[in-house]
Amino acid sequence: MLAGAVVGAFIVVAVGAARVAPFDPVATNFALVRKAPSSLHLLGTDEVGRDVLSRLIWGARASLLAAVIPVTIAVGISIPLGLLSGYAGGWVDDVIMRMTDAMLAIPFLIVAIALAAFLGPSLGNAMIAIGIATLPLFVRLARGTALGIRTEDYIEAARSLGGSPARIAVRHVLPNMLPPLLIQSSLTAAAAIIAEASLSFLGLGQQPPAPSWGSMLNAAQRYLSQAPWMALYPGLTIFVIVVALNVLGDGLRDVLDPRHG
Amino acid sequence: MSLPLFVSRRAVALVPTLLVVSVLTFCLQQLLPGDPALALAGEEHDPAAVAAIRKRYHLDQPLPLQYGIWMGKLLRGDFGESIRSRIPVRELITSKLPVTIELAVCSMAIALAIGLPVGVLAAARPGTPIAGAANLLALSGLSVPHFWLGIMLILLFAVRLGWLPASGFVPPWEDLGRNLATILLPSVVLGTGVAGVMMRHTRGAMREVLGADYVRTARAKSVPEGRVVWKHALRNALIPVITLGAIEFGRLLSGAVLTEQIFAIPGFGKLLVDGVFNRDYAVVQGVVLVSAGLYVFLSFVGDILYFLVNPRLRGSV
Repeated sequence: MLAGAVVGAFIVVAVGAARVAPFDPVATNFALVRKAPSSLHLLGTDEVGRDVLSRLIWGARASLLAAVIPVTIAVGISIPLGLLSGYAGGWVDDVIMRMTDAMLAIPFLIVAIALAAFLGPSLGNAMIAIGIATLPLFVRLARGTALGIRTEDYIEAARSLGGSPARIAVRHVLPNMLPPLLIQSSLTAAAAIIAEASLSFLGLGQQPPAPSWGSMLNAAQRYLSQAPWMALYPGLTIFVIVVALNVLGDGLRDVLDPRHG
Repeated sequence: MSLPLFVSRRAVALVPTLLVVSVLTFCLQQLLPGDPALALAGEEHDPAAVAAIRKRYHLDQPLPLQYGIWMGKLLRGDFGESIRSRIPVRELITSKLPVTIELAVCSMAIALAIGLPVGVLAAARPGTPIAGAANLLALSGLSVPHFWLGIMLILLFAVRLGWLPASGFVPPWEDLGRNLATILLPSVVLGTGVAGVMMRHTRGAMREVLGADYVRTARAKSVPEGRVVWKHALRNALIPVITLGAIEFGRLLSGAVLTEQIFAIPGFGKLLVDGVFNRDYAVVQGVVLVSAGLYVFLSFVGDILYFLVNPRLRGSV
């Protein structure tokens, strides 16, 4: 419940950043360099006098995009591929599975960093990289679910009533594939937020001066002793959102997958 | 099934995976926007230099042929050379890998020291504050951004308290004490994440085992509860955890990218990041290939260990 509220608040803040943020997130003020939290700047200011709270609020937008777009890409591609792999079997299944095995063998962050490096640093490319890196997990899950559903009695019944394979796949298999994909989406969104922050931290995601939680942490590293608030709040925010998404994923699993636990 | 048969079957199954990994890694170069020769030339825009690069890297050949040439070199252990330093990529990787292996070993030790006992306690005392605290610990370990945890630990232990160095690395053969001091904080950072995974798996496996008939029999025979949990149950619960440990070790080797960056540890992950910023594509490809190879190899080792410690598997196939 609380996790859902945190995720809901995160989405509202990210979407309504322009209304919620008290200051312009990129406006510099050299009279306010590295000022500690105060009643005017609740979370302090950064190395060029920008309001940390406003940058956090606008940074939520980059994180939300990084959570939603790659997961949507991965789910959108994995459903037809998983259905095809689970349904067609034979060499099609073999080819798709070998591809996912190989992609799973390359660690998630390494794929994302390598792709972002070759595609060029930008938030868009970071999202593509995260989407591609998360894809094999979803394809495997979609295929496994499709295979499991295929042998259910109600599919046999639909088949004996003369339903075509395409109709059965879309009308009966697809709706039952969605719950596990939804659970995985919540957990992967959490991983995607950390991945975006990691890429931006390395300079491969959101480009300055546009705010992102990862790039804020990168800048904060140089002023740890003088301005610890610059590092504290972006990290805490990532931590809270990721915990909320993980708890939400676990909660969805308890509700949607009674066999688990 | 005998062990040699099991090992050979699993080894054969690895070949297509590794082949596809090589194709995917080769294709990375095709993602470079525009002409790869121009991108590889970097600042150099002299047409003669670009043409030389095109010829040198066989970029004027059809793609399948380029892959064949690249693969042939790989099989001879030739990963190409760094554009920046002109050092062979294989040499760079073999010099950096031991640093990351030491970091991974220390992180795994911390992960096991936290994850196993906490997982056992959470399973043995469900519904108690201990189980609640264990769940919170696991969730935090899994959710905390490691690079931020690293920064916070530097702030506390290096900047504020001055107990440990903020960054840098001293090889163990130079000064073991300083080596351990430099490796401690990064190991804690990486170890906490793996501890969360270990704790969750140990708890799950222990819960299953604690409900088994032989545990009930042991309890009926008045075997002390501590002995039932730590000796009888844990022994069997460890079987799936061993496989997981091998896989997680593989992840640690490659997951150290940001941690090495923050603590300025000259390991495998830092090699990748430096390769990315220097646009040293041969280095990036080499690191991707080796990390995937290591991951596949460690999963293979995990499968073999699982086979060795699980007698039921030997009889069932």
